[in-house]
Amino acid sequence: MYEGPVQDLIDELGRMPGIGPKSAQRIAFHLLKIPTPDAMRLSEAITRAKERVQFCQRCFNFSEHELCLICSSASRQDGTLCVVEESRDVVAVEKTQEFRGRYHVLQGCLNPIEGIGPEQLRVSELLGRIDGEQITEVILSTNPNIEGEATAMYLARLLGPLGVMVTRLASGLPVGGDLEYADELTLGRALEHRRAVE
Amino acid sequence: MALYRERGVVLRTYKLGEADRIVSILTQGRGKVRAVAKGVRKTKSRFGGRLEPTSHVELQLYEGRELDIVTQAESIDAHRHIREDLDRLSKAIVLLEAIDQLAQERQPAPQLYRMLVGGLSTLNQADSALLIPAFLLKLLAMEGFGPQLDGCVVGGPQDDGVDLVSFDLDRNGAVCLDHRRGVPIREESLSVMRAVLGGGLSTVLEVSAGPVTHEVDNLVGHMWEHHIERRLRSAHVLDRA
Repeated sequence: MYEGPVQDLIDELGRMPGIGPKSAQRIAFHLLKIPTPDAMRLSEAITRAKERVQFCQRCFNFSEHELCLICSSASRQDGTLCVVEESRDVVAVEKTQEFRGRYHVLQGCLNPIEGIGPEQLRVSELLGRIDGEQITEVILSTNPNIEGEATAMYLARLLGPLGVMVTRLASGLPVGGDLEYADELTLGRALEHRRAVE
Repeated sequence: MALYRERGVVLRTYKLGEADRIVSILTQGRGKVRAVAKGVRKTKSRFGGRLEPTSHVELQLYEGRELDIVTQAESIDAHRHIREDLDRLSKAIVLLEAIDQLAQERQPAPQLYRMLVGGLSTLNQADSALLIPAFLLKLLAMEGFGPQLDGCVVGGPQDDGVDLVSFDLDRNGAVCLDHRRGVPIREESLSVMRAVLGGGLSTVLEVSAGPVTHEVDNLVGHMWEHHIERRLRSAHVLDRA
């Protein structure tokens, strides 16, 4: 459609998730229009990230070093592991400022229909950490959807015999929502796990 | 382009963009429908957990050219016991995958719908070792692949009354000792399969796990691959737990 490098840029941008051909075209022309240093900053950021970022050897979160900041921090509590599906979920839990333990990123969740089983996830590495790091509690923080629930139940079954306490994030009503829109499963669980008001 | 209401069971979901999902639903009157559920991945979505696979729901949809749009969803049955038990959940996923393989988009399939709703509610009430093979066998029979279980499929009517010792997938039936070929099979397994297809489903579902249920499960799995020509990927993924 366009001359060589322009079309190459559009094609590459079009490979990004959620970017269709029209958006790719729009971003490509924006990049061509902005001053060269601005565009180079983006290109360098991509290069630097690809060169430097790896998976943390212990928790499999993205990290600039062999161990990520959380794994290498001395101020975090040992003994409690929060198991999440993706690195994005680490950020979500960190934002709560309620958790001081360490993480384990599974890098996905079980998805039987897609053929994604435990072998494709960091499950054996998780089991290895239980003894190695004297873990006493594992908090299963996978998504509360069917794949996440299946993953949590699967892990609970594997972790149970290891003598470690296994907990699951509570389900309930989102703060700021309307009760009438809550689905039966969520509202049912919220009722079941209701707590005394002090 | 119009609004319509349908009952359906969510078969699969696919992530779409930032917070949306495409849900694939087997509806009562329109066969398989694919629709966009906007914002469903946000914690404050008004759809909540209603549009998860296995959910039986009453929907209002807006008809689109390729994908419809879900505008409202009410639960008929959330199948809570399935959702909270790994063994039942992995079985339910196999049921959904089997139905997904057979149902065609926008081709009404009320029989498939009834089978799926029945299968899921049976599973929600109680787990059973033979639920999956029984369900698949009934589906195969519905699709015209019902096996011949009485008399030798090779020898024909003159061999009636002889002992059947194996099962031939190509000819889709049991075989006697003289003509034996295919996979060996126990008489108990054949009678379980006869009961499934002959109206004795409730007794079959009470059979506890053992060599017979294992054999029937294996054989029906092979029959499915042979006749439907697709593998059920979700079967046995979680067995190693």
